[in-house]
Amino acid sequence: MALPIIASFQDLEKVQKKCAADFALRELSDRPQGISAEEIKELTKEGYEQYVLCCGGTGCHASQSAEIIKRFEDAINENGLEKKIKVIRTGCFGFCEQGPIVQIRPDNTFYVHVTPDDVKEIVTEHLIGGNKVKRLLYVLPATGEHMPDSKHMPFYKQQVRIALRNCGSIDPENINEYIARKGYAALAKVLTMKPEDVIQTIIDAGLRGRGGGGFPTGQKWKITREVQATKKYVVCNADEGDPGAFMDRSILEGDPHSIIEAMAINGYCTGADHGLIYIRAEYPLAIHRLEVAIAQARECHLLGKNIFGTDFSFDIELRYGAGAFVCGEETALIRSMEGKRGEPYVKPPFPSVRGYKDAPTNVNNVETFANICPIILNGSKWFSSIGTEKSHGTKVFALAGKVNNVGLIEVPMGTTLRQVIFDIGGGIKGGKKFKAVQTGGPSGGCLTEKHLDTPIDYDNLIAAGSMMGSGGMIVMDEDNCMVSVAKFYLDFTVEESCGKCSPCRIGNKRLYEILDKITKGEGTMEDIDNLENLARVIKDTALCGLGQTSPNPVLSTIDNFRDEYIAHVKDHRCPAHQCRALTQYIIDPTKCKGCTACARKCPVSAIKGEVKVPHVIDPQVCIRCGNCKNSCKFGAITIQ
Amino acid sequence: MKVTIDNREIEVKDGSTILDAAESIGIKIPTLCHMHMHDLNYDNKPGACRICVVEVEGRRNLAPACKTDCTPGMVIHTHTPRVLNARRTVMELILSNHPNECLTCSKNGYCDLQSIAHDLGIRKISYAGEMSHFKLDASPAIVRNMDKCIACRRCEEACNEIQHVGALSAINRGFNAVVGTAFNKDISGSNCTYCGQCVAICPTGALSENSHIDDVLDALADPKKTVIVQTAPAVRVALGQDFGFKPGSNVTGKMVTALRQLGFDKVFDTDFSADLTIMEEGTELLGRIKAAMSGDKDVKLPLMTSCCPAWVNYMEQHHSDLLPHLSTARSPQQMFGSIAKSYWAEKMGIDRRDLVVVSVMPCVAKKYECKRPEFYVNGDPDVNISITTRELARLIRYANIDFPALAESEFDHPLGESTGASVIFGTTGGVIEAAVRTAYELFTGEALPRINFEELRGFNGVRIATIYFHETPIRIGIAHGLANAQKLIEMVRKGDCNLHAIEVMSCPGGCIGGGGQPYHRGNIEVVKSRQEAIYAADREKTIRKSHENPDIIKLYDEYLGKPCSEKAEHLLHTHYYKK
Repeated sequence: MALPIIASFQDLEKVQKKCAADFALRELSDRPQGISAEEIKELTKEGYEQYVLCCGGTGCHASQSAEIIKRFEDAINENGLEKKIKVIRTGCFGFCEQGPIVQIRPDNTFYVHVTPDDVKEIVTEHLIGGNKVKRLLYVLPATGEHMPDSKHMPFYKQQVRIALRNCGSIDPENINEYIARKGYAALAKVLTMKPEDVIQTIIDAGLRGRGGGGFPTGQKWKITREVQATKKYVVCNADEGDPGAFMDRSILEGDPHSIIEAMAINGYCTGADHGLIYIRAEYPLAIHRLEVAIAQARECHLLGKNIFGTDFSFDIELRYGAGAFVCGEETALIRSMEGKRGEPYVKPPFPSVRGYKDAPTNVNNVETFANICPIILNGSKWFSSIGTEKSHGTKVFALAGKVNNVGLIEVPMGTTLRQVIFDIGGGIKGGKKFKAVQTGGPSGGCLTEKHLDTPIDYDNLIAAGSMMGSGGMIVMDEDNCMVSVAKFYLDFTVEESCGKCSPCRIGNKRLYEILDKITKGEGTMEDIDNLENLARVIKDTALCGLGQTSPNPVLSTIDNFRDEYIAHVKDHRCPAHQCRALTQYIIDPTKCKGCTACARKCPVSAIKGEVKVPHVIDPQVCIRCGNCKNSCKFGAITIQ
Repeated sequence: MKVTIDNREIEVKDGSTILDAAESIGIKIPTLCHMHMHDLNYDNKPGACRICVVEVEGRRNLAPACKTDCTPGMVIHTHTPRVLNARRTVMELILSNHPNECLTCSKNGYCDLQSIAHDLGIRKISYAGEMSHFKLDASPAIVRNMDKCIACRRCEEACNEIQHVGALSAINRGFNAVVGTAFNKDISGSNCTYCGQCVAICPTGALSENSHIDDVLDALADPKKTVIVQTAPAVRVALGQDFGFKPGSNVTGKMVTALRQLGFDKVFDTDFSADLTIMEEGTELLGRIKAAMSGDKDVKLPLMTSCCPAWVNYMEQHHSDLLPHLSTARSPQQMFGSIAKSYWAEKMGIDRRDLVVVSVMPCVAKKYECKRPEFYVNGDPDVNISITTRELARLIRYANIDFPALAESEFDHPLGESTGASVIFGTTGGVIEAAVRTAYELFTGEALPRINFEELRGFNGVRIATIYFHETPIRIGIAHGLANAQKLIEMVRKGDCNLHAIEVMSCPGGCIGGGGQPYHRGNIEVVKSRQEAIYAADREKTIRKSHENPDIIKLYDEYLGKPCSEKAEHLLHTHYYKK
C-alpha cells in the first residue's frame, strides 16, 4: 500500500478529503462537511459499494475471526465482487459477548456469533441478494425482536464513544482510514497554536487521568512544560493489568493512531521530542498494530523530523513490560523502562519533574491520550459539557462477570451503575439477583444495591468506598461469596506486589491468610478486627498506589457484607454456598428416586446407594464440585 | 522555612526531610531501612520499611519521615495514636516474617530490628503466618541467612552504589522478594568481592561474617601447636568500641594483654609486615618509575597497591586486563604468614605444620584471602585462621576477660616491631604515604624534609596529589570505596592520567571502616575518629619510616638479602588470575 507523504498542512487537507470521501461511502451518516455528493462520486469513482467489517479484536480473533475474514475474501473473489465489496478487519466493536461480530456497511447490519460456516450465506443472501440473514441478527432478549442494525441496540444506545470513536469502524492497520476520520487534524491544529494555549484547552476541558488516579491531565502537562530541561519524554502507560480489563488493549488494537497523534501533541506542548509506549508483552496484537501504525506514520512524515514542515520533531518507540502489575504504577514503569527492577519510588519528585532517565517525563494512560484529539478538534466546552460537575467526558469500562452483555462500553460520566449494569449490560445472567459490582479492579471496592443509582464519577466512587480505577467492572450475583471475592483480589495483589515496602509485602500476605482462614471456617471474631486494623494500616503506610489501595476489597466487603463474614466465623456457614469447606451437598431421601444419575456423575465416588433406593453423599469424600446437583432431575440435592 | 513538629515551631533549611527536622530538635523517629553517611555519598532511603511514618496535617496517608521533604508551614505529629498503631503494626508484620531466635543470633545485642522492637514495646505478634525460607548461603567470608532479611536494601545500595560490584540486588516479588545474587547463585559463585560492606551495614543477622572463633579456640587448646597471632593496624583503634570505649580509642596495649591471656604463644603485629610490604612494594614502584624514566615503554604504570583483598578480587573479576598494574607484593597479612612460617619458624625450630598463624583483621575478605591456594605451601596455609575485630571482641568475652580493666603490654619480638608508617596502613591514603616516606629516601638518597604528607590524607573518595622527589614529580591517585576506584580505573583506561601509583582500599575510609569492624551504624564520625586515632599513633612512634624498622633491616640482613631479591620474590610476592 503506497502511503501519501504529508509534508505540510495543505498536504493533510488534500489527503483527508480523498480519504474522507472513500470513507463516506460506507459511513453515509458521517459524510464530511464541504464535500458534495458529486464530489464524493468523483473522488471515489473506483470505490466499493459494500463493506464487510469484521472484528479483529483479541476476543473475536480467538473465536476464529481471522478465518471468517479469509472466507469472506474467498467468497467475494469467487463471485468476482472484489472490486465492489471490501472486507475490513477492524478493532473491537465492544459487544464481546456476541462475538465474532460482522457488520455490513453502508446498511449497518450487525451480525452476531458469526462462524466461518455462516459466511457463504451472508455473501449470497445479503451481499449479493440484498436480504439480511435474519438468524444471525442480534435478538433483543426482552422482546425476542431481531435488531436490523446496531444503532437501536440498547447496548449501544446509551453509549457515547469518544475514546472508542474509531474502534470497530476503521481498519487500524490503514492510516488512510484514520486520516479519513479527521486523523492528524488535531496535531496539525496544535502546531499552529502556542503550546500554552493547547494546555489551557486541556485544562479547561477538565480531562482527568483515566488510568485510575484522576489527576487533572492539563495540570500534569503544564508542570512538565514548566520544568526547565534539555531533554523531556512523553510516556504512554499501556501496562493495563487489572483482572478482566481490556480498555487500553482495545483502543491500541482498534485505533493506534489516536494514541500516536495525542502523544505527539503532548510532546509539542511539553517540549519533548521522544515518546515511549510501555506496553505489556502479552498484548502481541496491540504491539503489532502499534508497530504498523508507527511505521505508517513515519512513512507519511507524521512522525519524525519537522512534522508538517514545522520545527517540531517527534518520534515514538515501544518498550515491552514483562507482565508485572505494579509496573502500571508510573514510577515503577519508569524504573522498568530504565532497565531496572520495576519498583515504585517515593513521590515527590513526580515524573513530570524527574522521571525517565531523571528527565521530566509526562506519563499518561492510553485512554487519557485517546481523549486528546477530540478535545482539540471540538473544543474544551464540548468536552466539559459531557459528564458531571467534577468529572468531565466519558469513561470506558470493561464490563464483565455475571452480566448478560459482557463487553467494552463507553458512557458519559454521571451514568449510574444501574444504567450500566441493567440497561447496557442487560442485567444479571440467568435472571439471578444482583449482589455487588467491583469497580477499580483489585484496588477498588465492592459496591452494592444501595449504590446502584450513584452517578459514576471519580469522587462519588471514592466516597462510596471504591474507586474509578482504570475501568474494570466486575458484576457479582447471589452466588458470589464476598469473603471469597476479597480473597480473590488479595491473592492477586500478594502475587503482584513488588515486595519493596513492608506493609504491602507482608501485610497483604497476612490479609490473604486471614481471609483464607475465614473461608475455611477457622476464623474468629478477632480475625475480623485484625483484618480491619491491618487493612487500614496498609492503606495508611504503603509506599505506592498498589499497596495503598490493595486492602480496599477487604474493607469494602466488610463494610457492606459484615454479616457474611460473621456467618463464616460464627455459624461456619457460607451464605453464597461458595466456600467448599463450609458447604455440604445433601440428598433429600423423600425426593430421591435412586436413579443413580448423581452417583455416576460423581468424580470421587462419594455417593453411595442401591438402585431405586435413596442415595447418600459421604461429606468426607465429597469435593463439592456440584456435578450431582446438576445431574439430579428430581431436585433432591440441596446445598447447605 | 518554618515547620511545626509535635507542637514546636522550628526553622529548617530547604531540602530538609522531616527526619532531619525532627533530629534537629532532639526528636528521634525510629528508622530501619534508612541510612545516610554524608561524607561517603551513601544514602539509602528507599522509603521501604515504613517504620518512620509520621502524620502530616492535610495529607491523606502517613508520610515516611526519611523520604518526605519539609514544606513551609508543614504541621507534623510524630507520635499520635494513629502513628503509633501504624508503626507497631508494621513492626509486627516485619517480626511475623522474621525468625524468633534473637538469643542465638549472631546479631544479638547489635540488631537494629531488635532495638526498635524493644523501643516500640512489641509484646505479641497479632499477624502470625507463613514465613519466608531461603537456602543458607555460607562462603568462606560471608554468610547470608536471608530468612532474617527485612528487605531494607542497605546491602544492595552498598554493593551497587558504594562498591560498584553489583553482586546483590532484589530478586523475586511480593512476599518472596529478597536481596540475592544474579540467578540466585551462592555468594561464592557470584561476582562478590567479599568486601563485607553489606555485612557492615546490615541491620539484622541476615548478613554476617563466617565466624572462625571455634577454630581459634581449638588451636589454642591443642598442646602440640604453637599458636601465634598478628593484629592489623585498624583493629586497635576500633576494638575498644565493643567494650564501651568511645569510638576511636586506641587500645593497643590492652588488646595485646588480652591476646596473651587468651593463650596465644606470641602476640605479633601485622604492622611489622606492613613495613615489609613497603620495602617490597616501594622497591617495585621505584623500579617501574626508573624503568619508565629510562624509556621503557612496556612498563606498567601506575602501580596499583595490592594490600586489600577485596580490591584484588575486584580487579581479577572486573578488570583482569589491568592485572599487570597490580603490585605483585603480597598483602601484609600474607607476608606475615609467609615470614612467620619460614624465617621465624626456622629460627625457633618449629615445623611449620605445628605452627598456627591467626590473624585479627578489620576485614571479612581476609578470610577468603588466606584460603587462596597461592598462599599454601605443601598444603599448609601461611595464615591458618583469620578472624575479624568483632570476633576478637567475642573471644575476649568468652575467656571471661574484663577488657577495660586490663593492664597494657607490648607486642613480642621480632615480628612485633613496627613504625609509624605501618600504623597508617589502616586508613585511606596511609599505604601510599608510608610508601612515599620510604621511596623518597631510596630515590633521592636524602632524608625526608617532612614526614607528614597532608595532601595524601582526608576523606574525599578520590584524591590526586603530586609529590616531588627532588625535581621529579610523582603523581599519586587514591580511592576508597570501589565505586571511587572505578573512577581512577577509567582514568587509567583513558591513558591520560599520568599517575605513577594508585592506592585503593575497598572499604569507605579504608580498613578502619572495614566489614569486620565493630558496627558504625551509619555514623561516619565513628570511622573518622578511628582515622584520627591512627594518625595520633603514627605521631607517637619514634620510628616513622618502614625502612628504618630495625627488625626489618635484620630480616633482610639475615634472611632475604635485599627487597625484591629472589628469596623475597618467592616468599613475599604473588600473581593474579582472571576470574
